[in-house]
Amino acid sequence: MEPFKTLKGIVTLLDLPDVDTDQIIPKQFLKRIERTGFGQFLFYDWRFIDGEGLKPDFEMNAPRYQGASILVARANFGCGSSREHAPWALLDYGFRCIIAPSFADIFYNNCFKNGILPVCLSESDVETLFTRVRQTPGYTLSVDLEKQEIRSDDGLRFAIEIDPFRRDCLQKGLDDIGLTVAQQDKIAQYEAKRAAIVGAAL
Amino acid sequence: MAKTLFEKIWEGHVVHEEAGKPSLIYIDRHLVHEVTSPQAFEGLRMAKRPVRQPALTFATMDHNVPTTDRSQPIRDQISAKQIETLTNNCRDFDITLYDLKSPHHGIVHVIGPELGLTLPGLTVVCGDSHTSTHGAFGALAFGIGTSEVEHVLATQCLQQSRPKTLLIEIAGERAQGVEAKDIILYIIGQIGTHGGSGSVIEYAGEAVRALSMEERMTVCNMSIEAGARAGLIAPDETTYAYLKGRDYAPDDYEAACKDWSTLPTDTGATFDKRFHFDITALAPQVTWGTNPGQVVSVDGRVPLPAEMADENARKSAARALEYMGLKENTPIEDIAIDHVFIGSCTNSRIEDLRRAAQVAKDKRVASSVNAMVVPGSFAVKQQAEAEGLDRIFKEAGFEWRESGCSMCLAMNPDSLKPGERCASTSNRNFEGRQGQGGRTHLVSPTMAAAAALAGHFVDVRE
Ligand code: SF4
Repeated sequence: MEPFKTLKGIVTLLDLPDVDTDQIIPKQFLKRIERTGFGQFLFYDWRFIDGEGLKPDFEMNAPRYQGASILVARANFGCGSSREHAPWALLDYGFRCIIAPSFADIFYNNCFKNGILPVCLSESDVETLFTRVRQTPGYTLSVDLEKQEIRSDDGLRFAIEIDPFRRDCLQKGLDDIGLTVAQQDKIAQYEAKRAAIVGAAL
Repeated sequence: MAKTLFEKIWEGHVVHEEAGKPSLIYIDRHLVHEVTSPQAFEGLRMAKRPVRQPALTFATMDHNVPTTDRSQPIRDQISAKQIETLTNNCRDFDITLYDLKSPHHGIVHVIGPELGLTLPGLTVVCGDSHTSTHGAFGALAFGIGTSEVEHVLATQCLQQSRPKTLLIEIAGERAQGVEAKDIILYIIGQIGTHGGSGSVIEYAGEAVRALSMEERMTVCNMSIEAGARAGLIAPDETTYAYLKGRDYAPDDYEAACKDWSTLPTDTGATFDKRFHFDITALAPQVTWGTNPGQVVSVDGRVPLPAEMADENARKSAARALEYMGLKENTPIEDIAIDHVFIGSCTNSRIEDLRRAAQVAKDKRVASSVNAMVVPGSFAVKQQAEAEGLDRIFKEAGFEWRESGCSMCLAMNPDSLKPGERCASTSNRNFEGRQGQGGRTHLVSPTMAAAAALAGHFVDVRE
């Protein structure tokens, strides 16, 4: 996993609450057996007119947002299925940071496993970002995970609230599985103890 | 100290804890399917890691499989490859697989309980959000992503931060024609699609005690639609009776039941949050929008977005009505449908099919409607056929299919065309869920069957 330290990038917008993972990556694209190559299918039904290219009225499609690496969205982003194809598609498209008033649990968790930083800001802070981004073409934000801060050139500052352990893993690009494997002895002890209690039921 | 059911299971599964870090939790049962697992197995291979406890993992292919004649090869080459990949992975890593030829084949959340793999007090995970279904047995069961699937395969553990607890007490006796599906749709409508966020919900109260095991599964299944991590129902006599004699039920069953009887929440235990509902006056529910919280009684009307207090709700409702091709204030019973889907891990078990068949008996599906029944598992299908339910459905004009997820998410050939409207017993009415441009209304099995006959929604209480 690629470490996440700082990020300065163009911001794009998705102005809908309850964006579910079926929208982020529709199921017809879940048949691949790789982790890569999903970005082309991101928000497929919203971004594309089937067979005819990009939908002009989908905000993210506007030329001014191309190359964005930060997505600002509405409440309950990533609800629905547990498919990790959703963060894979967002990452592959180029997003490293997603800002929203709230996220669905499994999605939030899946982001960290893929080096994406999800940031919860208040509804009013998110609203401010929507207004400013729309006013200024090429609007960028700087995300500093070390200082736990998001800054804009026009003077906005937001604190990033994040679990310290998660921050640490993201900064170092740590592999969760490696960390748990390092606890092998404790797992073995637990298994021995539990076998004694539950026996065959385990 | 008095403890909740959740706390008892959680504390019994902590392998390791350190201040400032998530807890390391042991996983007793890991269920695997073809869509969310290939990249996990690939990860193991790349890191040269074995599966720590192959005997605790069970696999099936359900999402992507055709529900028509299985003697034919799968036509979609990419689906075929994903299914073959699971077969190879299970063989290489020594994992039990219930494939399309197995008598135990079915939707992962239907076969787990059916086989007795899901037991009270266990931790159960699967790379699938509706793993919450298994909470009906008093097991802590939740959906995980593919990285976590790999994590469990490699370590039989997960790093988890402790969720909050939410008690939903349900009182009252439901009216004739009101089903478990109506109860849970109503609750989601009340608390919203993120009402359960960050929490494990425990459902309790007399109305929950009165539910059969299969009905409890329907309720817990949809916990995720309220944003919860998991749903739980305390085990009781209903649970013990259901599990007795199942393939993986414990040998010393009496001792196991005695053990399980210590699990229910102690009197005086506290929850982070509580809700209380009474279902005495509850009517059958129908969703009108594009999330399961956008729901109304069958005798109601499509709402007016302008009357909604919250701005987000207003925006989302207006957009949903446009997508759904519905006019505000339309009586629900005036909405005509093109398709009926009876199936999915929410409502494809034998009791669901029995109730739907009762409605369909000696009647005909409306000529404008295409209706199908997809049993949740091969065992359900066999049982239904033994009872003659298949004949009732077929004579009424329903298609009778092989087990699988089918039109719940339409990854296989069963899907809606743009603009088509479906009464579905599944759990998600998201845009495009049942096919690009398709319109889904979530209902109970009896409501779905009745709609199939009438060609539009009708109140099954009448
Ligand atoms: S039936 Fe539907 S909700 Fe259930 S596991 Fe299959 S796709 Fe998921």
